[in-house]
Amino acid sequence: MQQFLVFVRKEFYHVFRDKRTLLILFGLPVMQILLFGFALTTEIKNARILIVDEAKDIASQQITNEIAASSYFSIEKSVLSHKDLYTAFREGKVKCALVFPAHFNDDLVHSNKAQVQIIADASDPNSAKTLTNYLSAIINDYQNRLNATAVQPYRIQPETLMLYNPELNGSLNFIPGVIALVLMIVCTTLTSVSIVREKEMGTMEILLVSPFKPLYVILSKAVPYLALSLLNFILILLLSIFLLHVPVRGNIFLLFGESTLFIISCLSLGLLISGVTNSQQTAMMISMMGMMLPTILFTGFLFPLENMPVPLQVISNFIPSRWYYTIVKTIMLKGLGFSTIWKETLILIGMTVLLLFISLKRFKIRLA
Amino acid sequence: MPAVTLEHITKTYDKGRIQAVTDLSFTVEKGELFGLIGPDGAGKSTVFRILTTLLLADKGTATVEGLDTVKDFKKIRGAVGYMPGKFSLYQDLTVEENLHFFAALFGTTVEKNYGLIKDIYEQIKPFSTRRAGKLSGGMKQKLALCCALIHKPVVLFLDEPTTGVDAVSRKEFWDMLKRLKAEGITILVSTPYMDEADLCERIALIQEGKILSIDTPANIVKAYPEKLYAVRADSIHKLLLDIRLYPDTLSCYSFGEHLHVSFRNGEKNDQNGPEGLRTYLEQKGHNRIEIKPTPATIEDSFIRLMAGNDKGASKNIPA
Amino acid sequence: MSEKAIVCKDLTKEFGDFTAVNKISFEVNTGEIYGFLGANGAGKTTAMRMLCGLSYPTSGEAMVAGFNVYKQQESIKKNIGYMSQKFSLYENLTIRENIEFYGGIYGLSDQQLKSKEDELITTLGLEKEAKKLVGGLPLGWKQKLAFSVAIIHQPKIVFLDEPTGGVDPVTRRQFWDLIYEASAKGITIFVTTHYMDEAEYCGRISIMVDGRIDALDTPANLKQQFSATTMDEVFYALARGAKRSAD
Repeated sequence: MQQFLVFVRKEFYHVFRDKRTLLILFGLPVMQILLFGFALTTEIKNARILIVDEAKDIASQQITNEIAASSYFSIEKSVLSHKDLYTAFREGKVKCALVFPAHFNDDLVHSNKAQVQIIADASDPNSAKTLTNYLSAIINDYQNRLNATAVQPYRIQPETLMLYNPELNGSLNFIPGVIALVLMIVCTTLTSVSIVREKEMGTMEILLVSPFKPLYVILSKAVPYLALSLLNFILILLLSIFLLHVPVRGNIFLLFGESTLFIISCLSLGLLISGVTNSQQTAMMISMMGMMLPTILFTGFLFPLENMPVPLQVISNFIPSRWYYTIVKTIMLKGLGFSTIWKETLILIGMTVLLLFISLKRFKIRLA
Repeated sequence: MPAVTLEHITKTYDKGRIQAVTDLSFTVEKGELFGLIGPDGAGKSTVFRILTTLLLADKGTATVEGLDTVKDFKKIRGAVGYMPGKFSLYQDLTVEENLHFFAALFGTTVEKNYGLIKDIYEQIKPFSTRRAGKLSGGMKQKLALCCALIHKPVVLFLDEPTTGVDAVSRKEFWDMLKRLKAEGITILVSTPYMDEADLCERIALIQEGKILSIDTPANIVKAYPEKLYAVRADSIHKLLLDIRLYPDTLSCYSFGEHLHVSFRNGEKNDQNGPEGLRTYLEQKGHNRIEIKPTPATIEDSFIRLMAGNDKGASKNIPA
Repeated sequence: MSEKAIVCKDLTKEFGDFTAVNKISFEVNTGEIYGFLGANGAGKTTAMRMLCGLSYPTSGEAMVAGFNVYKQQESIKKNIGYMSQKFSLYENLTIRENIEFYGGIYGLSDQQLKSKEDELITTLGLEKEAKKLVGGLPLGWKQKLAFSVAIIHQPKIVFLDEPTGGVDPVTRRQFWDLIYEASAKGITIFVTTHYMDEAEYCGRISIMVDGRIDALDTPANLKQQFSATTMDEVFYALARGAKRSAD
């Protein structure tokens, strides 16, 4: 028994003297609780909704007011025609829309029956379902209030249109996010571990003491991993298309181009990580576990970004996978082209260039 | 122009808490086979890393073939051959692949300088398709040497190339180095093995970051201040203890089956010195006592220099 | 039985169709300093592991400190000490903490431990460094400390695996002073080394080549047998014919 206690005591010494272990022990749980506590909410607030009011009568006004008063929705724009509707969805400006046909109130008063159309962006099927439910509830509420003082019951019939994803296939939202996550973690890990391995084995010393420019050392590592990651990407894509029935409605070359850009940003990140440690184990831990949590949280495929508190939303803007995810969704699911995503692409290019610049600059050409 | 120079090189780690090397200066001439001899932690690897431009010294300057290690590091990196400690080649590449890689790294081909490495490479050629990780210590060493030589460097830096390698391979390795000398390559070798010091043309003895002595091995042992005697008797350990208690003993260290002893007063009278010792030992009951003069070895000199020029005390008891 | 510290007969270890240790037989007397030599890959480490109770032999017999290596491995471990070049003490524990840890592991009572701890620190002259982390000590001190810790529980036998590698010549000899003292106290020393001059300090040595013991005798007799003046030459003569050389 005494021996056992002696061992336990020694282990305590080890733990308290190893800052890395302490960080994992205390730092990680605290961070996770904070992040998940604030970020994790399936409740939707201030979803942007577009109201197309072709009736412009008292009923549509009242319903619109209810929506405006609700904390679930924030009215983006109250437009008057159908045309602007689909543009708004395409540009990602709104998550749902409510369309009142002309003569809405008249229909109600004269035939006790009217229709409205609910349109939702179903590329995120869960949010779409929730939003349509909220809308239906509001309409139902209004309907019941009318019926309280009515002789004959009124019925307002909402007709729902799920855009981009009529089957409400959950994978559609999920898969682009998984692609981003997988590429991010695999590329970053492979690159950082590969470079640190050279340092650990001592071969880095020999490479440095040669006429071979350090830049080429990095490039020679990047090229195979770039190629392999693209292969990886093709594999995931094929699996998604044929096994999970995720469509690729847009230009596949554009998809490849954007993916290449993203992969390069991940490789740069891996290079940056390799500079902070000399141990393969640490490099792997930082690349895999250190990157996994922020990527899952801030890419926006598991927890919608709009639902997070503003500070976290700001942070998410600095995560490359967040932009890549939007790009992939837009191309794959919405079938849209470069003109829609040029902004996101530009941001991604900027981030990649910056990461490359910093990581190259920080690459140590000496041992200490 | 000397091949390598170091002038007042000082290097510390951990914000000055660890003194790796302090005020180190020496030169190596072109074509010399120069040995840096000292135990682990003496500073040998630090010196090598400064010379191969991998570390920046805190103070002092160093040159290789007249090029400054700080300003002209790129040129130096293209011209030298370097084999870091504990061998580093690619374990999962084969012997051949490693060689081709290192040739390409230096912008040359295996064929171009094959003559230089032929003798060495022939010994591992039968294993050319074996992965480097699966080679024995001795073979890895030979491969590493080939890879360091393949671009015909002007200066070759070998950091502890014989550590962890069996005695037979060690001998073979030094034979190969001697043959390389004939090609006019300057070779700097570091080693903790004192017996390898004799195989170099000139050596620097280094301990705790400071140079104890630099000279040819012959001159260093010639400079040993006292006369040394090799003493043996039947029971070594008892002998060791008794000799240490003998008043005239200056130093007494084990060297295999003999003890190397030096005296304070030498052969001034027959109460002291070797004859006095013999009497004393006989009184102590030792049998088959042999006392004869012996030339100093590098190891004797190293020990002596470590203890400093301390003639007063007989510092030969454990701390 | 109690006279022999180690008795070994046809001890063999096979890994698949590779025979690492091939029917070695030898005996070590109590209180002896026994040198167990051999080139890298000759099978020394494998043999030592069997004797320390760390691995099961494939065949053959061996008794260590009077205990059977097949059936009484735990008893062997309680009665031996072990120290190697690669690992000895925990770098991020202080000297005192290391001593307390190993003392506790070896089953010393608190009282014994306290007095041993002070004795050890004083003998090695480490009073000033006692509270410092072992990682900051020079190599030579670490090795000396490690040895002292390995025998803190007065084991019957202590196994030393290349304890003086890379250490400066003075410290090496100080280390051997410690070995001599331990031997004088009755502890049997089983040591492997690459320094051939250290082979001379041993009472008897054996040299392993390709898994077998090719020589076993006192240094003086071996030198005579091979017409050599130093152990170096003896070793070279034997090792040169070796077919095997591993990492």
